Amino acid sequence: MCLAIPAKVTELLADDMATVALDGVKKQISVALVEDPAVDDYVLVHVGYALHKVSPDEASRTLAMMAEAGLLQEELEEIAGSEQ
Amino acid sequence: MKYVDEFRDRDLAKTIAEAIRQEADPGRTYNIMEFCGGHTHAIFRYGVKDLMPENVRFVHGPGCPVCVLPVRRLDDAVEIAERHDVILCTYGDMMRVPGTKQRSLIKAKADGADIKMVYSTLDALKIARNNPDREVVFFAIGFETTTPPTAVAIKTAERERLKNFSVFCNHVLTPSAIGHILESPEVRELGTVQIDGFLGPSHVSSVIGSEPYEFFAEEFGKPVVIAGFEPLDVMQSALMLIRQINEGRHEVENEYTRVVTSEGNLKAQQLVSDVFELRQSFEWRGLGKVPYSALKIRETYAAFDAEKRFEVSEKKSREVKSCECPAILRGVKKPTDCKLFGTVCTPDSPMGSCMVSSEGACAAYWTYGRHREKARAAPVKEAAE
Amino acid sequence: MNAITPGISHRKGAVDMAHGGGGRAMAELIDDLFRRHLSNSILDQGNDAALFQVPAGRLVMSTDGHVISPLFFPGGDIGSLSVHGTLNDVAMAGAKPLYLTAGFILEEGFPLADLERIVASMALAAREAGVPIVTGDTKVVEKGKGDGVFITTTGLGVVPEDVHVSAERARPGQAILLSGSIGDHGVAILSKRENLEFETEIKSDSAALHTLVADMIEAVPGIAVLRDPTRGGLAATLNEVARSAGVGMHLDETTIPVKPDVAAACELLGLDPLYVANEGKLVCLCDAGDAEKLLAVMKAHPLGRDAAIIGKVVEDDAGLVEMETEIGGLRVVDWLSGEQLPRIC
Repeated sequence: MCLAIPAKVTELLADDMATVALDGVKKQISVALVEDPAVDDYVLVHVGYALHKVSPDEASRTLAMMAEAGLLQEELEEIAGSEQ
Repeated sequence: MKYVDEFRDRDLAKTIAEAIRQEADPGRTYNIMEFCGGHTHAIFRYGVKDLMPENVRFVHGPGCPVCVLPVRRLDDAVEIAERHDVILCTYGDMMRVPGTKQRSLIKAKADGADIKMVYSTLDALKIARNNPDREVVFFAIGFETTTPPTAVAIKTAERERLKNFSVFCNHVLTPSAIGHILESPEVRELGTVQIDGFLGPSHVSSVIGSEPYEFFAEEFGKPVVIAGFEPLDVMQSALMLIRQINEGRHEVENEYTRVVTSEGNLKAQQLVSDVFELRQSFEWRGLGKVPYSALKIRETYAAFDAEKRFEVSEKKSREVKSCECPAILRGVKKPTDCKLFGTVCTPDSPMGSCMVSSEGACAAYWTYGRHREKARAAPVKEAAE
Repeated sequence: MNAITPGISHRKGAVDMAHGGGGRAMAELIDDLFRRHLSNSILDQGNDAALFQVPAGRLVMSTDGHVISPLFFPGGDIGSLSVHGTLNDVAMAGAKPLYLTAGFILEEGFPLADLERIVASMALAAREAGVPIVTGDTKVVEKGKGDGVFITTTGLGVVPEDVHVSAERARPGQAILLSGSIGDHGVAILSKRENLEFETEIKSDSAALHTLVADMIEAVPGIAVLRDPTRGGLAATLNEVARSAGVGMHLDETTIPVKPDVAAACELLGLDPLYVANEGKLVCLCDAGDAEKLLAVMKAHPLGRDAAIIGKVVEDDAGLVEMETEIGGLRVVDWLSGEQLPRIC
């Protein structure tokens, strides 16, 4: 449920509105639901509203965790003596 | 697209798939319920199942707001549009859902009702501003994710004194639905539905946080991993669930930390509780009446409540008798267990909501997986590997 | 009568019922607006029917009604679209288009200035394509009974000898080629649609493909199938071909060109680019051995610069189109049910 997509805040507008960019696509959305939105923040956009900021640090941490799943596997393979 | 493309990376998918293959115990089955239709969609859209070992199974849950809306409420929306001559604004998802006697909003529109598809409550407000001499009703559906935007719209309407704007509120709550499933006889006693763990909602959790799930993990002894909607999120979360199951743990873990915190979005929660209060009971398609599982507009904002503004008649709403949507929504049956699936019920002429919504299990089976078993046997599949 | 320069008053005013009444107003409209822009030796004969010579060989004929909202969109308008659309339908038979006709249904009250813009755009599209509009018709309907303007165009073309392009010639083993990025037209239209507006540089890809087709056929006369994936997008077109030939298809998602902005707009609205309309792209099936040669010819043409081999035809009685996804899974690419609607979930 709840289709939402991360987009970058490019401009803050009056009345809790902001322009966000998703690659070259720009759309005006409401930022009434997030605390202290700022230009260059990435926010999760759902039905024309920013729901939450996206944390860059946590995103890289998750990607690192995913890559680690492989590290573990490679180590296991090394132990098993099989080359990839 | 930043924060999107990285989570669809093919090499990384392979890495996680290999780890799952290594760690999943071939001697057992892992039954993972993805509560959200968004996960169902991602699993089918990206062919995630193909990268999983056979013994890791996904059980599709009821987390599709379109699917769980009871026919009665849809019939009411159609009636409001037709009888009261309003402009009814709706998200595109609802347009084709069949009500009683297959009557949908799109059919009502074809017959002359003024029904407008909107992307946002912001658009519905705009329509109300531009048509001061018409009543404009927003048909609000959705879980905790979609509720705060409705709350903002109601507050905006109040501030701007938009007297011709009202909301037909059908917002429902995720934790009550999960609890209801876990307490159902199929899961608790009969064992007809085996659930070993949950993929927890992504965007719902961005609003409500990860804390509300602690109770389920504790009370029912089921692990929960809050998972993003990108295919790698689903895979990584499945891996985390497999590890918990292997180690006999039942905790709430959060894979989707880039958006979900433990407390969620407090500002949004505050707005929602300003505008809405719990309904004592609300009917869900498939789950029946679930206590305290939905929201209604508070008395303070009664002026914007379409249920108070527009009378609807008592009616005998009914679903197609042999439609298995209810059982499918509880995870008791698979779409292919339904007699109607693919025969009289297809996305072209849907009999039930699960065949309409792109998150519905039936639509996903049909659109992405029709004749799948046959296709697996064909040489095509080998060529793909 | 001529002293009051009817042209100027026309362009300031709006279509009224008299413009379709068969009287003087209609004659003025035709002379001043349609004939002035679309003039060519056959149209200028001024008769109800156009008279022309046809070359020897097999002729093809195609007709297409055009209704679109908005009438003017980034990258084109209903006028250019109505020319390109029909030229492409003729070209997809492997034919060289020769002549076009145009029928207009105008709604009372439609601004004549807009009509002139549309007719001028048609004229330009036809001139650029080198295919004249040789006869036409205009009718006016009462206000509320139309949507501004509807245009029906018909095209006539001739198929070179030894060229046999038809969907049922799809055979397992053939390569599937696509002439460029998908979804541009649909996204350009959506960006201007009421209650959805978003900003994008994406323009409709509306274009006449017959010169690209001519180059392709010259290089590989044995091309089996040509189709332009318009409504219903690439997915609908491939399913149509698969069904009519009783074959399956296997696509590789990573090879299908989608512009970043189109992908982004689709993510935002919950749409799948495979189902979004195109107006200047073609899909081609040819023997695997000819695929690289054909691809090079396509890439050398301005309308095929981003061409790619996106998959192959496989044996499958069920006529399934399948696709290996970005992450390496497999999914079915089914037909679409009705129009793809933006969604929230």
